Amino acid sequence: MQHVSPIREPLVTGGKTYHDITNDVCRQVEAKPNARWAAALAVSLVGLAIFIYSCYRTLWYGIGEWGLNKTVGWAWDITNFVWWVGIGHAGTLISAILLLFRQKWRTSINRAAEAMTIFAVICAAMFPVLHMGRPWLAYWVLPLPNTFGSLWVNFNSPLLWDVFAISTYFSVSLVFWYIGLIPDFATIRDRATGPIARRAYSVLSFGWTGSAKAWSRYETVSLILAGLATPLVLSVHTIVSFDFATSVIPGWHTTIFPPYFVAGAIFSGFAMVLTLMIITRKTFHLEHYITLEHVESMNKVIILTGSIVGIAYTTEFFIAWYSGVEYEQYAFINRAFGPYWWAYWSMMTCNVITPQLFWFRKIRRSLTATFIISIFVNIGMWFERFVIIVTSLHRDYLPSSWAMFSPTMIDIGVYVGTIGLFFTLFFLFAKFFPVVNMAEVKAILKSSSGVKHHPHKTMHGTEKELNTNPHHSNE
Amino acid sequence: MQDRIKYWKGIEELNNTPEFAKHAHNEFPEFLPLDEAKGEGSTSNGKTQRRDFLKLLGFSMAAVSLASCEAPVRKAIPYLNKPVDVEPGVANWYASTYYLNGDYNSILVKTREGRPIKIEPNPSSSVTPYGTSSRAQASVLGVYDNNRLRFPLIKGKEAKWEEVDKQIASRLASVNGKVAIVSSTIISPSTKQLIDEFGARFGNFEHVVYDANSASALLAANGGVFPGYDFSKANVIVSIGADFLGTWGAPVPFAKQYIQNRKIDADNPEMSRHYQFETILSMTGGNADVRVPIKPSEEAAVVTAIYNAITGGGSTSAKIGDGKALAAAIRDLQANRGKALVVSGSNDPAVQAMVASINRALGAEGTTIDSASPYFVKQGNDAQMIRLINEMNAGSVGAIFFYNSNPAYDHPLAEKVIAGLKKVALKVSFAERVDETAVLADFVTPDNHYLESWNDFEPKRGFLSISQPVISPIFTTRQMQDSLLKWSGNSTNFYEYIRNNWRKVATGDFNKFWEKAVHDGVLENGSSMLKVAPSTVAVSTTVRNIKPAGIEAVLYEKVGIGSGSEANNPWLQELPDPISKATWGNYVAMPIAMAKEMEVVQGDVLAVTLPTGQTFELPALIQPGQANGTVAIAMGYGRSLEAGPVANGLGANAFQIANVIDNTVAYSSPVSLKKTGATSPIAQTQTHHTIMDRLVVQENTLTNYKANPKEVTEYIRIATHEGPAKPAAISLWDDYEYKNHHWGMVIDLNSCIGCGSCTISCNVENNIPVVGKAEVLNRREMHWMRIDRYYSAVEHEEKDYATMENPAENPSVIFQPMLCQHCNHAPCETVCPVAATMHSSEGINQMVYNRCVGTRYCANNCPYKVRRFNWFAYANNEKFNFNEPMNNDLGKMVLNPDVTVRGRGVMEKCSFCVQRVQLGKLEAKRENRRPKDGEIVTACAQSCPTEAIIFGDMKDPESRISRVLARQKGERAFHVLEELNVQPNVTYLTKIRNLA
Repeated sequence: MQHVSPIREPLVTGGKTYHDITNDVCRQVEAKPNARWAAALAVSLVGLAIFIYSCYRTLWYGIGEWGLNKTVGWAWDITNFVWWVGIGHAGTLISAILLLFRQKWRTSINRAAEAMTIFAVICAAMFPVLHMGRPWLAYWVLPLPNTFGSLWVNFNSPLLWDVFAISTYFSVSLVFWYIGLIPDFATIRDRATGPIARRAYSVLSFGWTGSAKAWSRYETVSLILAGLATPLVLSVHTIVSFDFATSVIPGWHTTIFPPYFVAGAIFSGFAMVLTLMIITRKTFHLEHYITLEHVESMNKVIILTGSIVGIAYTTEFFIAWYSGVEYEQYAFINRAFGPYWWAYWSMMTCNVITPQLFWFRKIRRSLTATFIISIFVNIGMWFERFVIIVTSLHRDYLPSSWAMFSPTMIDIGVYVGTIGLFFTLFFLFAKFFPVVNMAEVKAILKSSSGVKHHPHKTMHGTEKELNTNPHHSNE
Repeated sequence: MQDRIKYWKGIEELNNTPEFAKHAHNEFPEFLPLDEAKGEGSTSNGKTQRRDFLKLLGFSMAAVSLASCEAPVRKAIPYLNKPVDVEPGVANWYASTYYLNGDYNSILVKTREGRPIKIEPNPSSSVTPYGTSSRAQASVLGVYDNNRLRFPLIKGKEAKWEEVDKQIASRLASVNGKVAIVSSTIISPSTKQLIDEFGARFGNFEHVVYDANSASALLAANGGVFPGYDFSKANVIVSIGADFLGTWGAPVPFAKQYIQNRKIDADNPEMSRHYQFETILSMTGGNADVRVPIKPSEEAAVVTAIYNAITGGGSTSAKIGDGKALAAAIRDLQANRGKALVVSGSNDPAVQAMVASINRALGAEGTTIDSASPYFVKQGNDAQMIRLINEMNAGSVGAIFFYNSNPAYDHPLAEKVIAGLKKVALKVSFAERVDETAVLADFVTPDNHYLESWNDFEPKRGFLSISQPVISPIFTTRQMQDSLLKWSGNSTNFYEYIRNNWRKVATGDFNKFWEKAVHDGVLENGSSMLKVAPSTVAVSTTVRNIKPAGIEAVLYEKVGIGSGSEANNPWLQELPDPISKATWGNYVAMPIAMAKEMEVVQGDVLAVTLPTGQTFELPALIQPGQANGTVAIAMGYGRSLEAGPVANGLGANAFQIANVIDNTVAYSSPVSLKKTGATSPIAQTQTHHTIMDRLVVQENTLTNYKANPKEVTEYIRIATHEGPAKPAAISLWDDYEYKNHHWGMVIDLNSCIGCGSCTISCNVENNIPVVGKAEVLNRREMHWMRIDRYYSAVEHEEKDYATMENPAENPSVIFQPMLCQHCNHAPCETVCPVAATMHSSEGINQMVYNRCVGTRYCANNCPYKVRRFNWFAYANNEKFNFNEPMNNDLGKMVLNPDVTVRGRGVMEKCSFCVQRVQLGKLEAKRENRRPKDGEIVTACAQSCPTEAIIFGDMKDPESRISRVLARQKGERAFHVLEELNVQPNVTYLTKIRNLA
């Protein structure tokens, strides 16, 4: 009954069998760390060290170590926060929304994308705590019962909504990601030879048996979690945008922010997924699972969301003019032509102009071009948040308070440091966890591998292979 | 075992009393309190019970953890006998007087538990009934200055007073040559008399008075006194280079007079017109209705032109600017004879002689000049000082005493002073710290701080005041007058001396009279005690012929720093200059055109070379309004004293610009400027100077105001389907209901002169940290109360934003005090995640420091940007040692105990002096009444010398604020950024200019 589509390109190439998938994905988990991986991890650890040092300076001496001032109360801290949260969005979108939409191409990239979500949210969560004047009291933003009388948090504050949004997002993403990992952990456990690995993966796999019942529950839970995560894709960045949209500052006080932020988040998230996947597929030789087809699909999403943010930028300008509010008008003119014009035009170039190159199929399918453009988008989206936050604040209502912001080494250190943190986590993940969801890729192998499977031969062959696995026979 | 030797632990054991037997097993009972508690009735057999075990565990844990905390030992020693007038927690107020370098303020000193902590104006005084200068406000820190001398010095070594007295007495006895006391102006009648008595026993004695910023020429032209100007009676004021609101003469009384004729309402729409011809853009120039920049070399020409026109002594050929302003000034003066006043800051006797003639011709005597009551605040005689310096160099001076004077630093002939001092046998300085002159003295006999001293003052003939000690001397210092008494062999102390002296003016029972005088701090019954030598030398009106030079540099005094004697005060260093908004240092103020021509940008370091060849380097500050072809540099900087760490390394000493011409000091000099290529940033609290065509601060003309007072203020209306509506009418919010009080503030922009005394007053009252130059450069100054200063922009098209950023070459200036607006719909309150800032039931936007976690969201969302964040720990932090009120034990004594010192990471802002509001309410409650209007005043309102700030209960229809608001509603009253509908409780009154 298998039908090989003459138009759709296969999602798994190279005539892979089920066993090949298991072997290919487990290879780097089981093999000794290779030199390239170790080098990459070492670089990341340097970044992590920078992060730790910058945090120490910030926590020990105070926020004064950063470049903020009486006028610009937020700058790189919240820019980085929004940027990291945005990056996380692609993971959830890929695993949840694309699951609901039955987009099969998601299977080989969702694992890494979800991991990226979690690591990005961890990086993001550093900033709301670090940027506090008294971070040791950070728990006061939680509505905990307390002995301060009937002292409660302020439910009017968008920052509080952020706390709820981010913590919900993080927990749902984490559970979703982990549930997906369980069958693959079980596979690794079953193949493991060393006692430590066997025990570790045994614990991690929660005693997965692979029974039909387990699979059925697995599918159900995945679906439920996807259902839960889907609104989060939209809500988290909507709420983050409320930090700005509910304020009175020209350039922040904008109703377009929620959809514009969500589009921007997905935009930057896909760019980051591409950046990572292009490196990963090369390093771990996963070209047959993460194919050009995948890259192209993601590039299409980038054109779409990039165009949405482009429209949003234009709309903002139009509305500023149309509103007739002099402060709004000035805020936007100042963005484009004021002292931070270079940030604005970097944003416009990276976010609006470069992704349009993906209209060309050749560029869309070029790994080099995609990699470069994905970096551009990452930079552009960072500048977008910088432009919104800093250029709106630095010249608001009273010209007497207008000021410039310039980052200190510690500002830069914290930012570079979170990138170090992110990659440290990611490289550890890539080494010790299966970066491609074996179970789900196997599920699409029949329908989209570009190979006509002869049930007798291939299936038999595969089963035979599986049966040779001593652990598997324990079932 | 009886034969064994037994050693008793003590006599108790030998006696074996029952008590001993009971406790014999329990040698260290304090360590085992539980065993004892167990005692009788316990069923256990001496074993530690479970509960006891837990108690012991808890005890030892607590003991261990307590021992590990290195808590400093703090001793609180109760009074054995409580002094009658010290009630812990209750402030005592003492009347006193601040006077230094011309700045006179009759004050009240607030003390808490014996410590002076705040200066307020003395309402009993008619000279300075409300408001003080910023320097007077800041002077309270001086008494706690760690760098003051703690003991007398002989040749720079610590000495005992007895030894000092012995040596000085013996050397005075054998003195050879002239004995001189060099002081700045002394307005104390008793001190002057004492100096005369001290000098009487020497054959050759002279009391030489000079002022660092001299008014010598003015005095010479007016019979030796500073004329009794009364700006309140003048309808037309023409000032040629006199910064009479900031630094010239007696600025605080002048500001009070000046503003009387500038406060207007619809019933009395009249105000004075003020012309200012000046080189620098001074604070006074900023307030002028018409301001014309002139070079110093043109001052004489302007005065001559006015002189010729008013006295009819011929025509003038002077061309000043386009000539229109000068013609208008002359026209206005002529039309207002008897109601006009001309003042000049020039130190050319001929110019001042002409000014005196002009005023005479205008009929100013008896109207705008109170001839009976001249001021005594400046008495310096340049010629006398110059002669003394020459005598010193000639070796004819045998002994010299320096009192409140530092000529080695602040005299134009400082180098000659230093050289001359080497030839003086006995050099004594009364300086409170080792300053530039004291370091050259044989003896430094440190004077008390004025808050530790008795003294009397006569700033103006017939207006006496007293200062009394509010704290006993902190160090082993001795008041200068007591030292003089001692050295003249007089056994009375200065207190007795003053008392005796005052018997001359006493009426009735002296003790009662004296008590009342000390209590009130002032005596204004017309009696006068101060003797000023009249100057009888006729002054010609032939002006000096100053040739216009390439670039003329002017030496000027800053409102906060003055001549530099209080430069070690961090509050004053961080007080922004009213015009340039620069802190911590001086600079070359350069006009826009010159900067363009020389391609200088702000912060470029310039080498300033004087005709004498002396050179110093300072960064340039582009100063709109500075006369073209001139630059201005402030005095008081360039210090490098061990005893002045706060001021060290700031700017350069510009006193070299001053030079001597015909025995008077001229404060301008031709200079050449050269770019060095280096840059040095200038710490300004405001870096954007124009209003960008926004309705943030409003002004209009007197003509329009007279035509229709309802048209002078623009009110924003929001378009709705029912037509334009007030922003407050369209609201999603529920309004607060104020049942008891509703505190509010009105700030009259017509009255604010921009002096910044509110800023310092707020600093002192609210324990606001000083952050230092580096942090001001980072735009992190902490002032809760600031004064925004805007220049008018160059001509520009509507919405030409790039052009309107540039100030005009000769801008009009407007000041706007800006503080927390205590919005009723406060944007900060909604965004705080932990509800650390919220609204009080009386309309005050409150900040709960304890609850603040420091997200800074409130500050971002504040449209007025008045919230301040503690970026670092500013207290007990070595990096902020210059923040003396928080970083050394002595400095900390100045802190207001009613206000928390905020920790790191906390937001802070104006609280409407909530501690004062609470105190006022409590006191009223104790007396079972409502607080009276005027009883509760914020620090800024109280210290304002022009009563520009009114604070009060808007709920009380009879309060002053309610009456002003009712009268000004729809006319001059406006809210800043009304369209945001944040509904501030601070209302501003539109500035009205009386343009020519």
